[in-house]
Amino acid sequence: MQPVATTFFFYFLSGITVLSGILVITRNNAVHSALALILGLLAQAGLYLMLYAPFVAGVQIILYAGGIMVLFLFVIMLVNLERAQKEEQFNKQWLVGLLAAVALGGLLFAVYVKGGTLFTEHIAQPVENSNTQQIGVMLYGNYMFAFEIASLLLLVAIIGAVVMAKKRI
Amino acid sequence: MAPITTLHYLVVAAALFILGVIGVLTRRNVVIILMSIELILNAVNLNLVAFSRMWGLHGQVFAIFVITDAAAEAAVGLGILIAFFRNKETVNMDEVDLLKW
Repeated sequence: MQPVATTFFFYFLSGITVLSGILVITRNNAVHSALALILGLLAQAGLYLMLYAPFVAGVQIILYAGGIMVLFLFVIMLVNLERAQKEEQFNKQWLVGLLAAVALGGLLFAVYVKGGTLFTEHIAQPVENSNTQQIGVMLYGNYMFAFEIASLLLLVAIIGAVVMAKKRI
Repeated sequence: MAPITTLHYLVVAAALFILGVIGVLTRRNVVIILMSIELILNAVNLNLVAFSRMWGLHGQVFAIFVITDAAAEAAVGLGILIAFFRNKETVNMDEVDLLKW
């Protein structure tokens, strides 16, 4: 099916993504930051759909917006943020940090302006019906070893999180 | 209007990445710093998926691995945060100085 109104949806979703990113790093209240981040993640799932990546979009919604952000909200409730909210929000080196980030942004901008021809369009025929199937075949084919390592990483992360958060081991 | 190219997506991802870097470098609250790291990882994911439209599905598989790492990082990072809060009753990054002498 031919996509409709691609331009509008691209600017709409990327606008939401960037605006919610700005909200995340400027709000005093961590709960507001987390909610803005959830909105941004959902908009980004829309961008993935526009890039013909429905499986990644689904994983983004289920794992990020549904799993990781719930973890964040739980920790925000466990940790008392009342005092941190009244204090200074930005550290002493904020000017240096901002300048470094702006320099990095200038570098990326220069790369995209000067090297625009490097990113020539080479549209592979997008797979419409079998995206999930093909990702599954690749995960259990080419990327078998990396897949197993990822499961080991998750196991280590579970044990690490329990050990860290436990009062007395 | 001009058609949307891969470069458009790269620019959005770069903006997200810069926002995440600013958050990590300037904020004091550890929770918001961890969220900024999530922003950075998401910017990388957007890049990978945008390139996967050009060069086949490898980018999407890699994006899934990055999401796995983000989950592991969030779990361990928030565990460290809880342990730290139990010791010091604060969540400010510049008060994490137990190893400083």
